Order: sequence, then structure tokens, then C-alpha cells
Amino acid sequence: MAYFIAKRLVQSVFVMLAVAFLAFSLFRFVGDPITQMTGVETSVADQERLREELGLNDSFALQFARFTGDMLKGDFGFSYRTRQPVAEMIATRIPATLELGVVALLISLFVGIPAGVYTALRPRGFATQAILMATLVGVSIPTFVIGIMLIFFFGVQLGWLPTFGRGGTVKLGGWETSFLTVDGWRALILPAFTLGVYQLTLTMRLVRAEMMEVMRSDYIRFATARGVPMRRLYFRHALANTMVPVITIIGLQFGGVIAFSIVTESVFQWPGMGLLFLESIRFVDIPVMGVYLVVIAFFFVVVNLIVDLLYVAIDPRLRIRDVS
Amino acid sequence: MLRVEHLTVKFPSRFGDVTAVEDMSLSIAPGEIHGLVGESGAGKSTVGAAIIGLLQQPGYIANGDLMLGDTDLRALDRFEAHALRGKRISMIFQDPQTSLNPLMKIEDQLVETILAHEDIPSNDAKKRAIDLLEEMGIEDAASRMQAYPHQFSGGMRQRVVIALALCTNPELIIADEPTTALDVAVQSQVLDLIRRLADIRKVGFILITHDIGVIAQIADTVTVMRYGKLIESGATAQVLGHPKHAYTKQLMDAVPPLDRKITRFRVPEEDDGLAASGPGKGDAAEAWLLEGVRQQAVGLSLQNITVEFPGTRTSIWHKPKPFVALDDISFDVQPGSVMGIVGESGSGKSTLAKTLTGLITPSSGGMTLGGSPLPGGKTRSRHHPSRQLIQMVFQDPFSSLNSRHRIGTILAEPLWLYGLVNDSDERRDLCIDMLSLVGMDPDAIDKYPHQFSGGQRQRIAVARALLARPTILICDEPTSALDVSIQAQLLNLLKDLQAAFGLTVLFISHNLSVVRQMADDIVVLRNGRIQEKGASEQVFETPEADYTKKLLSLTPVMPHDWSL
Repeated sequence: MAYFIAKRLVQSVFVMLAVAFLAFSLFRFVGDPITQMTGVETSVADQERLREELGLNDSFALQFARFTGDMLKGDFGFSYRTRQPVAEMIATRIPATLELGVVALLISLFVGIPAGVYTALRPRGFATQAILMATLVGVSIPTFVIGIMLIFFFGVQLGWLPTFGRGGTVKLGGWETSFLTVDGWRALILPAFTLGVYQLTLTMRLVRAEMMEVMRSDYIRFATARGVPMRRLYFRHALANTMVPVITIIGLQFGGVIAFSIVTESVFQWPGMGLLFLESIRFVDIPVMGVYLVVIAFFFVVVNLIVDLLYVAIDPRLRIRDVS
Repeated sequence: MLRVEHLTVKFPSRFGDVTAVEDMSLSIAPGEIHGLVGESGAGKSTVGAAIIGLLQQPGYIANGDLMLGDTDLRALDRFEAHALRGKRISMIFQDPQTSLNPLMKIEDQLVETILAHEDIPSNDAKKRAIDLLEEMGIEDAASRMQAYPHQFSGGMRQRVVIALALCTNPELIIADEPTTALDVAVQSQVLDLIRRLADIRKVGFILITHDIGVIAQIADTVTVMRYGKLIESGATAQVLGHPKHAYTKQLMDAVPPLDRKITRFRVPEEDDGLAASGPGKGDAAEAWLLEGVRQQAVGLSLQNITVEFPGTRTSIWHKPKPFVALDDISFDVQPGSVMGIVGESGSGKSTLAKTLTGLITPSSGGMTLGGSPLPGGKTRSRHHPSRQLIQMVFQDPFSSLNSRHRIGTILAEPLWLYGLVNDSDERRDLCIDMLSLVGMDPDAIDKYPHQFSGGQRQRIAVARALLARPTILICDEPTSALDVSIQAQLLNLLKDLQAAFGLTVLFISHNLSVVRQMADDIVVLRNGRIQEKGASEQVFETPEADYTKKLLSLTPVMPHDWSL
């Protein structure tokens, strides 16, 4: 077990190094950083002095080592656009994106899993067909269209919910949360649903397919044959066995939700990392883009590590100490 | 106790209802073991499923009475039927590897089943579970109960399965091929257990199986089925000792005897459209093959082969102990002879086959093919001649043929791969002729594997192996997925081909009776070690190793004289 975790951690370090390298190359080789930082009126001598000060004349390996070292120390450099420390910019944006992502994930789980189970158990029912149709429409429409439709309907026509921003937020230490105010929650509903709808469909269809497979297995037939109560059969025997492959996909998708919340954040003017990334692209703000890359990769790595550990928690066959 | 009368089960389909079981009647008294025997597709399992109310959708009972004691099973609604399952009728499935929930402890599975049917404190349920497991022969049940299914061996798992079926004291247990997936030693233990439970606890059993030897050993009464219809039924000694119906006789003739070697099997008449390999058919393929083997048969020899697999790594500092799959194996296969390899699961039979075909690298030892050294595993190059000369027929005909390729494509592959026939029309003609040679219709060439039965697919697999013009044919359990009558046909075919082309055959099987019919020499393997080797007849008549004796004594056989 300890060996398994250690192995995964070492692998994660290599993944992070590879991403750091990408981010570094982006910073170093997409355009000349000096011309980006300085204006037209800066003299060539000054440019040269700056180049020397920033260590851009050092060897490639040394520069990369310095870049990685700075990252580890939490020094992410400065934004070209706002001249603020990138670390600070990202830190103020992270809570918004994370909260949005988590709520989207929870919506997709709490709706997707029960819906998947239901549609698996009543494969021919009218409700099942209706759900399958509706979700098919849901995935076929691009996220931004769903977002705009939701804004139009609930925000503009009915006027029930705010259409942009985070609403009321409360500062908890360095963490700005919308979970503690009614306004915050109201502002969260539409974007979270928009972001979660694709994952919801995916979770539902996956749970459905896996569940139907499991329901055909010998051990379910055997449990039925010995009269295990149906509720227990579905939720204790079948669902647990369904979850092993489902967790992988949910894990990968959650990383994706965080990373690609860009569109949703832009539609709802949600002040998260996605919006920041979009602004950075517009102004070719390479340091921010590089750090964004590293932070997102870090999320992926952490989520995958959690998924691996969940496997072990769910499936006793993966635990190594065997009795026989 | 159980009375089934005129049971008819139908499955609706696009072309009208398909009748799976027709006018089936049987009755079982408490403590009686009733054997239900027949080949695949005979409707045995459907009868069992109909009784317990678990027919696969959309099948339904069209007619008949099902009475358990005074309860009319057909009159029950969904909830009553489910409450009755486990309580009064229970079931044991074929494969103990898959019939337990892998994510739940044995204890939880037992306790939940008991509590589902009885309103008792969970401590009492737990106590009963422990007693029951101990009765099934699981030592130290209280602590073993905390384990998960994967921590038990196959035989132990089947005991757990039986304990689960029994934990609510049902009157009737339907055992669907309960020992088919088990080794002979474990099989005999499980059969003993079933017999004991019937005698002591007075549980009625329906024993569904295709193995007549098993029926002969423990069933009180037997029903023979074919195509969903009852053929013959009565006391076991009566039906098997003095079969009245021709099909019963044929079925018994197709069972390979353990105590003697017969030259050919008599085969039940078939109506599944196999073309007889009469004169004129397959001649071209035969001539082509003979031309290939005229270069004379070659022998095979293994010297001190050892195969190790790395163990699971649990620590960064300690090297895991390797698992020794084959330990110091040496034997010679004479050119043109059949070498039988016998052993239980885990004995290394298949590892041996993989080593010979170059799929596994042995950690030490050497092999020679017809005198020249045969490199093992990765050291054998892709173009090494042995890749053509050694061909293999696998156990499972359902997964050994690519389901997306037509038969023609599958058969032609060895021909172009080894550069034997370069013209595509010629290849096709040869493939068609080869199909005739193995007893198949020529129009099979444009079909896909799923359009054939298991026996037909295995014939195709043999044809594919032969089209490589091999001198050595390795058959890894070629008949263990097949019915006895199909097995008899395939064994006849293999014997004919072996005799005609002077092939050297390695015949791997766990079934001693089958090996006896095929092999000239035999090697008995256990846990990767050779227990005994020698001429086949000699080993079967006067076995020397204790292990061989034990295997022979445990294999279910049909008695010669039935005392009525």
C-alpha cells in the first residue's frame, strides 16, 4: 500500500516536471520576453541590461532550474499586463473556479448517478426514454448556448436569478466564498448547472451502461436467487461494483471541468481562473498563462491520485496484503 | 416435494415464439438428487430458471404446473416469488469465481441473506454463518469469514457459494453445473458435500450438468433432455444402465472411458449441418498438406525448462519472490506421436504451451525442435521457422477467432503470412478444401465466426492451424468448452488428421479420460513439476506417482455393471 502510494507520488512529480517544462518553454520561446515587457522607447542597452538582470542569457538548463525553483518557492513571477504578482492574481481567482467546479460536480453526481441507476433498472420505461432523449439534446448543444438560454429564461424573462458575477461573497481568511450568502448561492446555480450538464449526462450514461452490465453478472443473479432484498441488491451489490470504472471517468472529467470552465466563466462573467486565462490570452500575458498551465496540471495530478486511492478503498482486490 | 408437469417455456422473437422447453415433467422428493443431463441448448438451465422464477427476459412460461409442496409457483406475484427465493428454493451457479460479489466480505453476504429471510438478531445470524461454513469444511470459519471472495481458492469459494445457498434452509437447491469449473479433486469433494447434504439435511437437489460421469456418481434419478424435450427419465441405474432411448445410448457412447483406450468414438447423429468429409472432398487440401509434411515429422525436446513470473512488488527495498510456474521440466516428444499433458488448474500446462510457442521466455533451460535449438520467448525472432512449424489450437473457440473477420480471411492468414500460397484465388480454393477436410460446408468461407457453434469454430481453429503446414500441433484443452458428442467428433477428427499427416501433437487437458484416448505418451504435471511421465497406457494401467493414482481415483467414471 505504502509502496503503491509512493510509486504514484513519484509519477506525479515527473508529470509536474514535464508540465513545468512546457510552461517554461512557453514563457521563454513564445516571443521574446524582453520586447513584451518593454516599450518601443526602451534603448537597446537598457534591454540588454534587463536581459542580463533577468538571467535570460544563462544556459537553458540553468534557466529551467531557476524557473522550477521559483515555482516551488511560490514565486510565480509578474504579470505583463497588470504588473501584479501572478501568485496573487491566481490565488484570488482560485476559490471562484473551485467552488463553481465542485458545485457542478455535485450536481452531476447527485442527479447523474440516481438517473443512471433508474434508467438501467427500467430500460424500457417511458421515463427512461424521456431522460435519455433529454440528455442527448443536452450534450448536443454547446455549453455556451445552454448558458445563454438559461440566462435568457431564468435571468431575463423570469428574473429569478442573477445573470453574471458571484453575487454576495464572504472572506474566510484568504478564501472568498459564495457558499455563505443567499445571493452567492443564487448567482452560483446557473453557471454551475451549465458547467455540470455535460458531465451529468456522461455520468448518467456511464452509470447506466455499467449498471446494466453488472445486473447481468453471475453474482447479481446468485444474490437474486437467494432472495436478497431488491433495494439492497441494487444499491449495495450492484452500485458499488458499478462505481469502479465510473470513478475514473468522473475523476478525469472533474479535472476537465476545472480546466475548461473557461467558456462558462466567460458567458456568466464569473471571476475565476478561466476568465483570467481568457484575458491573459487576449493580452498575450505569458507568465499568467504558464502558471495557469501548471496549476491546472496540479489539479489533474491531485484528482487522479485521489481516484487511485478511491479504487483501493472500494475494491478489496487491489489491496495487497492477501490472506491466502 | 417439487412437481413440474408439462412445463413449456417460450421466448418471443421477431419470427414468432421460440420454444426452449416443451412439455417437461419431473418430480423430486426431499433428499433426492435429480440429475438433469443434456448437451448445450437442451434447455436444462431454462428448466432450472423457470422453477426459481428467474427466466431471462423476455422468456415466459407458456404452459404447465410448477408445485413446490402446496405452493403453486406460477400463481405467486413478483414480491412473493422473490421472498420465496432463498427461503425455499436456492441456486448454485457454475463458476465460483464470478458468483460472489467481489466487493463484499463473505460474512456480510451470508448474514444479509439470513437476515433477508429471518427476523433474528444479527449475532445469531453470524453464529449460524460460522457453523455453516465449518460444516462445509472451511476451517477457522470465524476469521476466514472476514475475508473477501478473491482470497479463497476455487474449491473453497464453491463451498462458500453452497453455504450461501443453504443458509436459509431451503427445501430445494438447483445446482447449475456446480463442478464444471473445478478440478477433479475439488469436484469430488464438492459432490461428496452435495450428497451428504441431501442425505442428512434432506435437501432436494436438481443437478444440471452435461457430465454423465457426475450424474452416474451421485444422482438418484436422472432426466435426459435434448432440444428442450424430455428424452428419458427414471432411476439413474435404470436410465444409464439400460438406456431405452437411442439418444441416451449415443450420449453414453460419446463419453470417453477412463479405463480403456478406444480407437474411434461413435458419434450421435447430428442435425446441425456438418458436411461429412466423404471421398473427393478435401483431397486437394490433403495433398497440399502431405506435400508439406513429406519433409518428415520432427520431435520436440525440453531440457530443464524453468519459468518464473515476477511476484507482486510490495516494497521499494525487498525484491519480490518470483512465482515458479514451471520447475525443471524435461521431456521428449517422439516424432509423429501424441504427447498428453495432464494436470489440474495452476499446474503449468498452459504456461508450457506458451513457452513452446515462444510467448513466454523461460528463465533457464533449453528446447530443441527436431534437433535444432529452439530459442525461447523474446529471443525467438519473428521469422524463426518454428513460428510456422508449431501451431496451436486454443481452449475457447469463442475468443480464439477474430469476430470481425470472415472465415476466409482467418484461414488465409497463415498462407500469406508464411508465404505458402501467394495467389489469392489459390488461397481461397485451398481454404474451401480445407474446410471440407475438417468436415465443414464450403460456404462457411464467407461467414463470420459468430454464425457457428462452438464445435464448428473449433474445427475452423484446427483448419487454421493446419493451413500453416505445421509439424507440431499444440492443442490446449481443445474440447473442454464442448459437449461430449461434439468433443467425440473433434477428437475423431484430430486422430484422423494426426494419423494422415504424421503430426506431432501436444495434447493438453485436465480430463484424464480424453487424454487416455489421444495420447501415446503422457506427462503428469502438478504445481509446475513433473509428477510422472511414461507411455500413456502404462501410466493409466499402473500409475506410479501417488498424485496420478489420486487423480485417477477421483475422476468420476461410469460403472460397468449397474445393480438395479
